[in-house]
Amino acid sequence: MKTYYDPEDLKKFGKIGEFQKSMADKFFDYYGEVFKEGALTAREKSLIALAVAHAVQCPYCIDAYTVDSMEKGCDEEQMMEAVHVAAAIRGGASLVHSTQMMNKVKEISM
Amino acid sequence: MKSLKAQNHPLSNSRYELDLLESPETGIPFSEKLTESGLYPLKPTQIEILQLNLGKMCNQVCKHCHVDAGPDRKEIMSREIMQDCLEVLKNQEITTIDLTGGAPEMNPDFRWLVEAIRKIKPQAKIIVRCNLTIILANPKFHDLPEFFKKHNIEVVSSLPYFTAMKTDAQRGDGVFEKSIKALKMLNEVGYGQENSGLILNLVYNPAGAFLPGSQEGLEAEFKKRLANPYGIVFNSLFTITNLPISRFLEYLIRSGNYEVYMEKLIEAYNPSAAANVMCRNTISVGWDGYLYDCDFNQMLELKVSCRESQHIRDWNQQKLNNREIVINQHCYGCTAGAGSSCGGATA
Repeated sequence: MKTYYDPEDLKKFGKIGEFQKSMADKFFDYYGEVFKEGALTAREKSLIALAVAHAVQCPYCIDAYTVDSMEKGCDEEQMMEAVHVAAAIRGGASLVHSTQMMNKVKEISM
Repeated sequence: MKSLKAQNHPLSNSRYELDLLESPETGIPFSEKLTESGLYPLKPTQIEILQLNLGKMCNQVCKHCHVDAGPDRKEIMSREIMQDCLEVLKNQEITTIDLTGGAPEMNPDFRWLVEAIRKIKPQAKIIVRCNLTIILANPKFHDLPEFFKKHNIEVVSSLPYFTAMKTDAQRGDGVFEKSIKALKMLNEVGYGQENSGLILNLVYNPAGAFLPGSQEGLEAEFKKRLANPYGIVFNSLFTITNLPISRFLEYLIRSGNYEVYMEKLIEAYNPSAAANVMCRNTISVGWDGYLYDCDFNQMLELKVSCRESQHIRDWNQQKLNNREIVINQHCYGCTAGAGSSCGGATA
């Protein structure tokens, strides 16, 4: 069955340089650097990536960072809490805009 | 849960396992990868470690066990074979004796063997691969921590995770709680404590179809999570990749993960890890005295290639040093990522 998202396509990610090499090389160098141990551990970065993957709703990233988080020793509870962080920020981002709505309501109301 | 052998499962037959591993769908032959790295045929460096499998009998039935060990396995090393091992130790420059199983402590001659090894090799490193729960399994094992301490044995114990859910999923219900108790008993006699000289190392195996992450990162997390709330200390964490044989292979096939897992192992092939594989400095002795390049080859019944020296009674150092190490597709498990060995990552 043809679908827009094919799990097999994740394996092709590293080949995007086929159409534009220099930018791809720069991106992957940067990507590799970002996920190295730093002020944050590689494990913490993996959980952030997992949360962001859910926020941007990227199925490739969700698969990749679920496995990566497990490889780095995270458990299901920690991974679900990371997703809740993403959900809270997404939900909060909608709700905080309600202040604009409230301002407008008050502005035009008697 | 019964062993695969007791179930008459096809995967308890090593020929069946090898046919599966060798099928073209499994991917590029391991020998080709070694050739690319300039390592084929794979040769030993120097035999430093003698690993003795004291038997397949175990009080646990772990879901990933490459030995297919369990209470229903009765194959154990006899004292006669142990005597043959001691003869080799008397005459060879072996610096580490690694006792494994099953649960090696269940062999009735375990303590006799340890004492005999210590007499022959007062300075050698003796390792026992203790599954922890054996210490609590029967009052006759409660003094094992003291026994280990008396003979300055290094303890290596599997603990796949610092929570009950994941540990019990791999090793059986209630194993985590008993393991924590056993670790506390080991800590109490000095194991894992700073400056005690008593080494307690833990082994992490992923509880599923994924590879272990960085050994350093996982060790830091384990140290933190075992210190609080349990107050447990240990020396090092060894990350070990699950090799696609026996019960783990059965799990991979049953869960539909076999092909993806093999693909992942092959993709993660690391030439540096290949250069440091444990079979280059180890000989593994089976419960019946036959010699193998490693514990995994032992379970696949792939004896060392030098026909003149395939049994401990016929030990021929020169032949063993010049042998070609027997390889197959399962070897990708030891060369993936940071590598894997009985002593953890290798690259």
